[in-house]
Amino acid sequence: MEGFPILTVVTFFPIVGAVILLFIDKENHPALRTVALMFSLGEFILSLPLFFLFENSTHQMQFQEVLPWIESYGITYHLGIDGISLLLVLLTTFLTVLCVLSAFSAIQTRVKEFMISFLFLETGMVGALVALDLVLFYIFWEVMLIPMYLLIGVWGDPRRRIYAAVKFFLYTMAGSVLMMVAILALYFIHGKATGNYTFDLLELYKFGVPLGAQYWLFGAFALAFAIKVPMFPFHTWLPDAHTEAPTAGSVILAGVLLKMGTYGFIRFAIPLFPSAAMRFLPLVCALALVGIIYGALVSMMQDDLKRLVAFSSVSHLGYVMLGMFALNMQGVQGSVYQMLNHGISTGSLFLIVGIIYERRHTRMIADFGGLSKVMPVYAAIFMIVTLSSIGLPGTNGFVGEFLILLGAFKAKTIYGVLGATGVVLGAAYMLWMFQRVMFGQIRNPENLKLKDLNPREIAYMVPMVIMIFLMGIYPRLFFQKMDATVDHFIKDVKSRYEATVDQAPSKALLAGEMKR
Amino acid sequence: MDLSGLQINFRIIMPEIILAAFGMLVLLVSVFSSSREEGKDHLGYISLFGVILALGFSLPLFGKAQSGFNGMITADSFAAFFKLVFGLICLLTILISVGYTKQEDIPMGEYYALVLFSTTGMMLMAAGTNLLTIFLGLETMSISIYVLAGILRRDPRSVESAMKYFILGAFATGFFLYGAALLYGSTGSFGLKEIASYLSTRGTEARSPMLIIGIALLTIGFGFKIATVPFHMWTPDVYEGAPTSITAFMATGVKAAAFAGLIRVFFSALGPFQPDWTAIMWLLSVATMTLGNIVAVSQSNIKRMLAYSSIAHAGYILVAFTAGNALGTSSILFYLLAYAFMNIGAFTVVILLGKKGEENTLIADYAGIGFKYPLLAAAMTIFMLSMAGIPPLAGFMGKFYIFSAAVKAKFYWLAVIGVLNSALSVYYYLRVTVLMYFRESEREITGLTFSPAAVVGVTIAVAGVIYLGIFPSAVLALARASIGALM
Repeated sequence: MEGFPILTVVTFFPIVGAVILLFIDKENHPALRTVALMFSLGEFILSLPLFFLFENSTHQMQFQEVLPWIESYGITYHLGIDGISLLLVLLTTFLTVLCVLSAFSAIQTRVKEFMISFLFLETGMVGALVALDLVLFYIFWEVMLIPMYLLIGVWGDPRRRIYAAVKFFLYTMAGSVLMMVAILALYFIHGKATGNYTFDLLELYKFGVPLGAQYWLFGAFALAFAIKVPMFPFHTWLPDAHTEAPTAGSVILAGVLLKMGTYGFIRFAIPLFPSAAMRFLPLVCALALVGIIYGALVSMMQDDLKRLVAFSSVSHLGYVMLGMFALNMQGVQGSVYQMLNHGISTGSLFLIVGIIYERRHTRMIADFGGLSKVMPVYAAIFMIVTLSSIGLPGTNGFVGEFLILLGAFKAKTIYGVLGATGVVLGAAYMLWMFQRVMFGQIRNPENLKLKDLNPREIAYMVPMVIMIFLMGIYPRLFFQKMDATVDHFIKDVKSRYEATVDQAPSKALLAGEMKR
Repeated sequence: MDLSGLQINFRIIMPEIILAAFGMLVLLVSVFSSSREEGKDHLGYISLFGVILALGFSLPLFGKAQSGFNGMITADSFAAFFKLVFGLICLLTILISVGYTKQEDIPMGEYYALVLFSTTGMMLMAAGTNLLTIFLGLETMSISIYVLAGILRRDPRSVESAMKYFILGAFATGFFLYGAALLYGSTGSFGLKEIASYLSTRGTEARSPMLIIGIALLTIGFGFKIATVPFHMWTPDVYEGAPTSITAFMATGVKAAAFAGLIRVFFSALGPFQPDWTAIMWLLSVATMTLGNIVAVSQSNIKRMLAYSSIAHAGYILVAFTAGNALGTSSILFYLLAYAFMNIGAFTVVILLGKKGEENTLIADYAGIGFKYPLLAAAMTIFMLSMAGIPPLAGFMGKFYIFSAAVKAKFYWLAVIGVLNSALSVYYYLRVTVLMYFRESEREITGLTFSPAAVVGVTIAVAGVIYLGIFPSAVLALARASIGALM
């Protein structure tokens, strides 16, 4: 594999599929679907060697590719992955296959455009995860927006899709343009201090940004990522986008796009500006806790299934943020693990909701009840997914939540205590929802005729179930990939924070820091 | 008669000579052509040939630093870059005009000749190193455009547009001339180089009120052509009323020419005054981009929307101008080229979707185009996204350079205001795509005929937007080398 540009291939392979789709007759739905499936599956298979060839023992970026791109500006085409991005890339390629499969029946209009958008989106997501140059990252980051915007706007719920699509776009855009200014400022500050004008992330990691600048830059980066996560109070675009998007769109939105925000924190905002991150820590943790509890409370009130799942994402992502900012081994590990978990569990929940929505064209909880009698297989899978979302031991959710709470307790008792209440609330709204949809008498006669899962639906739900248990029972498989990375991340952030803190009282020393 | 003292050097103005000659040739040929406008496509192709020839003669000017005509005109890389940009704009304008002039029954002989003449003026503006030659260029360009704006004689909007542009333009001319005169009065020369050396030798002593007023008046003269706030009032009406191909030409060519002159005058002659004008430019750029974007949001006519958006784009360019460093100036050059591609591209789509008498110019008319004319809609989407500054398209790279110049010069707030503006602009650019893809059309747009030349034009524009977005290096290097002649 030495010298083979595997990351480039993995990044751009879906686009090849999109181009091929262009040449297929738009009426030929079976061919369009098959080709899209083949390419997303191919993409998943292509990404597997990354997992197996990945060297566990080091925190260094692996499979790196560096090519000059816009040389006069120090912009390079620099790709590489570490333990964290590896897992997220795999999550992306894994979920995309299932999404494409789930869209076979859900998407009946403009299949061609749908599949092309989806493959484009995949390239954007993978690209953002593997980019190690700030400009390159920014480009992929923005590229993701367009297909997602189309997915919501064209194939979304007819009533409010345009509102949701535009809101999604503008919110994310507003955050990310500020990040662009911050990227530029970082570039010039670094260039002036070291004489090396570069957007290369690994170079910038080595640089101690002056404390005063750190606050501003962290603020701009954090805002962009917080909107994407979304952290309370920047979450209002999410329920709309989730609810209006087609099933596959919701799955990928929850599964991957939200992770871009948390990934941004862990890859850029915290390690580039460790001191500012430490100073802002109480604020971020407080917002994360508010998000956890607020998301759970609002979920409880929802009568639309999809909105319920959407608000539960606000709560779950709060955990991810809390764990990350606990800044200890358990917290960060749990946080990364919870990113994957959320992709699997919430992705599955959206698929589950999509399945009954396709059959009944309603998502109102009140329209259902007693479904377990007519759809036993569905009920079983739904149950597993619900339990995973609650974090029952033996499922993936438990491992993540447990570690995060452990980390939070270690960081500050009150974080742990408040975080744990979210778990209780989570169990409450999920189980209550499950009970109202699946148990009891069938009151609505239309529900009597509901068909159980067909083989295709089983085909995309089963991998999810397998992942739920695999990640719940044998987490080591995934932890060993990220151990070294997470360990280095924490040590690096802490040591550089202490370095700046020690010097903070003395301005002369700080100036020295700048020159270094 | 001994003319050697004049340093006549025709080689350095070959592009202008060629364009002017072809303009006259087109007029001649048009007289002998059939009287019906439909049969006159060849006029377009003759002009096209002239432009390509002029472009060919512009290329060797790169890397040179020749001056001629007693220092009135120079041929440096800066001028050469702009000549390429104007040539390209002219080329695209002609390509999109071939079908359009036929459709609208525009007298082609005059039309193409005037386009060529005004391009000559633009080139002269970029090459002029004397306030008088710059003024000559400005007027050659403007007078041709006044006529072109009103060339749809039967359409009252077009006539109004021409009148408005002409009258206000005449005022701007007055301002410019008066400013030049005051500059002459206080420095004793029209030559940019002489003014610069006068200012630098005298230092603060040169700072007379007369000079300051002169600079202010020049700024107004340029500001009018660039359409900066508060001299922008004419833009929406004129852009809406003028034939669409001319609107595209004005929004890109006139603007670029005015910026060429502005940069030339301010950086090579008035360099010592940079600290003074920076504050004014800061205000102008903030006002221009903010007003342009805010008003564009509420437009329902696509030509008006693009008019306000072009005001906003002028504001972004002024951000780089305010930054005042080499990075900023080279990013202006890059941006103008990128803007030429995306803006002419967008107007071409407007032309292609329009029918005789400017039908379908409401944004609402774009509903459902996305799936009816997928390639056209895809092109429009690319132009809109590029103008909104979404990567990896030319507009993003342009804005990236502009804002990086501002950040480098430590104008952080200006950069922040700029990016927030560009986030705001996303809203109205997206609206076009929203309509194209997300809404069903209420009334069908049918029976469109696409002229092959315009299709070529759109293709070039799309290719340019994507190329500059993904591989900006070469052009950026060229832009940097070009301003090396200046700073």
